[in-house]
Amino acid sequence: MAVEFIDIVETSLAGIGTGSLMALTGVAFVIIYKATKVINLAIGEMLMIGAFVFYGFSAGLSLPIWASVPLTLAVAAVIGGLIERTMIRPLLKDNPVSVFMVTIGLTSVLIGVVELVWSAEPRRLPEFLPSQPVLFGEVFIPSKTAYSFVIAAAAMAVLITVFSFWRGGIALRATATDRAAASSVGIDVPGVFSFSWMLAAVVAALAGILVGSVGGISSAMGLFGLSVFVVVIVGGLDSILGALIAGLFIGWLEAMVGRFMGGEFKLLATFTILLVVLVVRPYGLFGTHEIERL
Amino acid sequence: MSPSHSAAPVRPPAARLDVENLSLQFGGVKALDGIDLHVEPGSITALIGPNGAGKTSAFNAISGFYRPKTGTVKLDGVDITQVPARDRAKLGLARTFQNIALFRGMTVLDNIKLGRHAHLTSGVFGAFLYWGKTRREEMELRAEIERDVIDFLELDHIRNVPVAILPYGLQKKVELARALAMRPRILMLDEPVAGMNREETEDMARAILDVRDEWGVTVLLVEHDMGMVMDISDHVCVLNFGRRIAAGSPTEVRNNPDVIKAYLGGSGDPRKAALDGAAMGEVA
Amino acid sequence: MRVGTAKESYAADEGLFKTDTQKVWFGLLLAGLVLFPLNGSNYWMFLAVLVMINVISTTGLNILTGYTGQVSLGHAAFMAVGAYTVAFFDGRFDTPVLLNLVLAGAVAAGIGYLVGLPSLRIKGLYLAIATLAAAVILGFVFLNWTPVTGGLRGLNVPTATIAGIELATPDRLYWLVMPITVIMVLAAKNLFRSRVGRAFIAIRDRDISAEIIGISLLKYKLMSFAISSFYAGVAGGLWAYLFRVVTPESFPALASIFFLAAVIVGGAGTIVGGIFGAVFMTLIPEFLKLSATALVPWFPDASIYLAPVRNIIFGLLIIGFLIFEPMGLAEMWRRTRRYFALWPFRT
Repeated sequence: MAVEFIDIVETSLAGIGTGSLMALTGVAFVIIYKATKVINLAIGEMLMIGAFVFYGFSAGLSLPIWASVPLTLAVAAVIGGLIERTMIRPLLKDNPVSVFMVTIGLTSVLIGVVELVWSAEPRRLPEFLPSQPVLFGEVFIPSKTAYSFVIAAAAMAVLITVFSFWRGGIALRATATDRAAASSVGIDVPGVFSFSWMLAAVVAALAGILVGSVGGISSAMGLFGLSVFVVVIVGGLDSILGALIAGLFIGWLEAMVGRFMGGEFKLLATFTILLVVLVVRPYGLFGTHEIERL
Repeated sequence: MSPSHSAAPVRPPAARLDVENLSLQFGGVKALDGIDLHVEPGSITALIGPNGAGKTSAFNAISGFYRPKTGTVKLDGVDITQVPARDRAKLGLARTFQNIALFRGMTVLDNIKLGRHAHLTSGVFGAFLYWGKTRREEMELRAEIERDVIDFLELDHIRNVPVAILPYGLQKKVELARALAMRPRILMLDEPVAGMNREETEDMARAILDVRDEWGVTVLLVEHDMGMVMDISDHVCVLNFGRRIAAGSPTEVRNNPDVIKAYLGGSGDPRKAALDGAAMGEVA
Repeated sequence: MRVGTAKESYAADEGLFKTDTQKVWFGLLLAGLVLFPLNGSNYWMFLAVLVMINVISTTGLNILTGYTGQVSLGHAAFMAVGAYTVAFFDGRFDTPVLLNLVLAGAVAAGIGYLVGLPSLRIKGLYLAIATLAAAVILGFVFLNWTPVTGGLRGLNVPTATIAGIELATPDRLYWLVMPITVIMVLAAKNLFRSRVGRAFIAIRDRDISAEIIGISLLKYKLMSFAISSFYAGVAGGLWAYLFRVVTPESFPALASIFFLAAVIVGGAGTIVGGIFGAVFMTLIPEFLKLSATALVPWFPDASIYLAPVRNIIFGLLIIGFLIFEPMGLAEMWRRTRRYFALWPFRT
C-alpha cells in the first residue's frame, strides 16, 4: 500500500495541532507540579469542566464569544482556587500519595458534576473559529485545528514570558526549588500555591475550550488527560519545555498511528511510549533527576 | 508472660572491618578522599569530625548505599565493596541511621522482628497458612527476640506500642534493638545519642558497652558528643573535609594538634579558607 | 472493662485472635454468614455475593496499596483478566469451577508480576502511572484479541457447576463465594503475621531501612503485585460466574477507582478495613437506588441522576476520608471498640 506523501504531511500537521493542545494542558499540569509538587490526575477533568462552563455561557446563556471566554476563565480560576484551598492544602504536609489520591477523587467528583448539570450526552460548542480551511499549497488543514494551534501557541508564549520575567513567576520558581527558603525571603508560599492552581485551571479551561471546539464536548473528554499525562511524563514533570516538545510529539504520534494503523491503536501507542520512558528514563527527557538523599 | 530460656543465645563472632583508600564523589564535590579505617574485632571505634567532614558519607559507602569511586571495604578480609546493601545484612553488617529510620506503622516488636528477616526462610505459601514450618519459625523468632533483645535492652513494657508514638530516645533504642536482631558481627551506629539529654545519653552509652561486652560484637559509631565518644571508644578516627587527619586512642587524638585545629579553626590553615565553599557543597 | 487478657505463652500472644472476645465475635460472624441465606430474598443474596467478591478484590488491593504502599490504578483490569480466564476455560474446555478460579488467580498474578516489573526502576507515583498504562494496554487486548476474548461482544460464561449442582442463582453461588472469601481473608490476615507480610510493611514505611535489613525490594514488590493480582483474579472469576457475561465494558477504569476508594474509606493497611470499605462502597449505590425510588413521587426522573450522584459521592468519600480520617472506617471502629473495652473507665 503506497502512502501518499501529502497524506503524511496533512496527518502530521493535524497531529501537531492536537499536540499543541496537549502541550498547553501539559503546561497547566507542570505549573501545579512545579509549585506544589502535586501530581494532578484530574487535569483532564479540569479541562473538561472549563469546556462545559464555556458551553454554559455561550450556548446555555447565548452570550457572545468575547464575553463567554473571559467569564469561563474567571470561573475556572475560582474553581482552581477552591480545589486548592479545600482539598489540596489540608494535605500538603502529608505524603504525596495522599494528595495524588485526592486528585483521583476529584476526577470522579468533576465527572459527576458535569453529568449532573449537563448529562452524559456529547454536545457541540457553538462555532466561533473561522471555518475557511487553511491551505498551504496543496496541503489542507482544517480551520479549527489551525486556529486552535495559533491560539495555544500564543497562550504558551505569554506563559513562558510571564514565568521568565514577572515577579510572580520568579516567586513560583523559587517556591518550587525550596519552600522553606522561599518562605524565609518573604514569598507568600500559600499564596503561590493558590495562584498556581488558579493559573493552571485557567490554562486548562482555555485548552478545554479549544479541544471542545475541535472535537465537541462530553463527560468523557477528560480522557484527553490520559494523553496529557503521557506528555508530561515523557517531557519531565517539572519542565515546561519538556511539555511543549513532548506534547507536539505525542500529538503527532497519535495522529499518525490513528491514520495509518487505526484509531484503536492510538492509546496503545501512547502508553507503550509511556512505559518505555518510565523504565528507561523515569524523570523524563527534560525533567530534573533528583538525587535521593539518605 | 514467661520467656523460655532454653536455647543458648546465638552470638556470631565479632568481625574485623578494613576500609582502604575509600573515595566518594558527588558531581564535582569530593565527599571522601582516600579514607583508611581499620576496626579491630570486638572494639568500639568512633568516627568523628566537624560538620561536613564526610562521616555519614563514609557510613553510607561502608554499608553499601553509595558506590565508592575508589577503594575497598573488607569484612574479615573478604572484599565486599561490590556487594549490594541488602546482601550485607546477611554477612553480619547492621546499622542505624542518623535520622531514625524505623517502620513507623509497626509495633516495636514487629520492627525488631524485621531485623531477623534475612535469616528466616519461610515463603509466601507458608505465610498464608501460618502452619508447620512458618509457625515454628515465627515462634522461635519471638522467643529469641524476647530473650536476646527485648529483655536485654529492657523494652518489655513497650513491645506492643507503635513506634511512631514513642519518645525520641526510645526510638533510637528500638533502632539499636532492630540492628541487634540482625545478629550483627559489626554494628554501625550513626549518631546514636544525637538530640538526647544527659540521662538518655548515659543510658545509650551503657547499652552500647553492654552490647559489646555481652554480644562480643564490633561497634563502629559516628558521634558528635565528644564526652561520650572519649568515654566509651577504644579507637578514634578523625575526618575533616573528606580526609582522615588523625587516628588512635582517645587520649592520642585529643592531644593531636591537627584535630584541635580542625575543631577550633586555626589561622593560616589552608583548610580554613576552603571552609565556606566546601561546607555548602557538602552532600549527606 | 475487658480484663484477663494476659497470655501464658508466646504462641497465644502471636495468635490470629488475641482475646476470647475476638474469637466470640469471629464465631458470631461465621454463624451470621451461614444463617444469612435464611432471609430468602434473591436481591439480598445477590448483594451478599457481590459484596463478598468486592471484599476479596479490595483485600487484594489493600495488600498492594495499603500494606506495601504501591498505588495501583489498574486493579479492575486484573479482575477483568480473572473474569476472562474463567469465561475462556469454562466456556471452551468445560474445566472444573475451582480449577478455573485458581487459573483466574494464577493468570492475573502472572500479569500482575509483569506489571510490577517497572518497580525495579520507578516507585511511588510513577509506578501508579505505569499501572494505569498497563490497564489501558490490557483494555486494548480485551477489545482486540477477539479469538480469545470475543472482542467487543465479549464472552458468555456457563453456569458454575460443582458436583453436578448448578450454581445458577445467587443463593446457590453464595455457598461457593462465601467460603472462598472467608479463606482468602484469613489467609491475608495470616500473611501479615509472618516474615513476608512484615517485609511488605517495611517497604511501605521506609524502603531504605528495608534494604539495610536485607529485604530485596524488587522481590517483595513483585510478590505483592502478584498476590494482589491473584486476589483480583479470583474475585473477577467469581464475578464472571455471578454475571455470566464478560465484555470490555465490564471493568471500566472507574472500577479501579472504586477499589481504591474502598481501601481508603475502609482503612488502608488493615484487613478489617478492606472488608468495611468493600461492604460500604458496594452498598452505597444500592442505598442511592433505594433513595431514588423513594423520591420518584416528588422527582419523577430522580433515577437519571443516580450515576452522577454516585460519582460525586465516591469522589467526595475518597477526598473526605483522606483529609479527615486517613485511617478509614477501621480506625473509627477501633476507637469505638476501645471505648467499650475500657468501659466504664475512660482514658
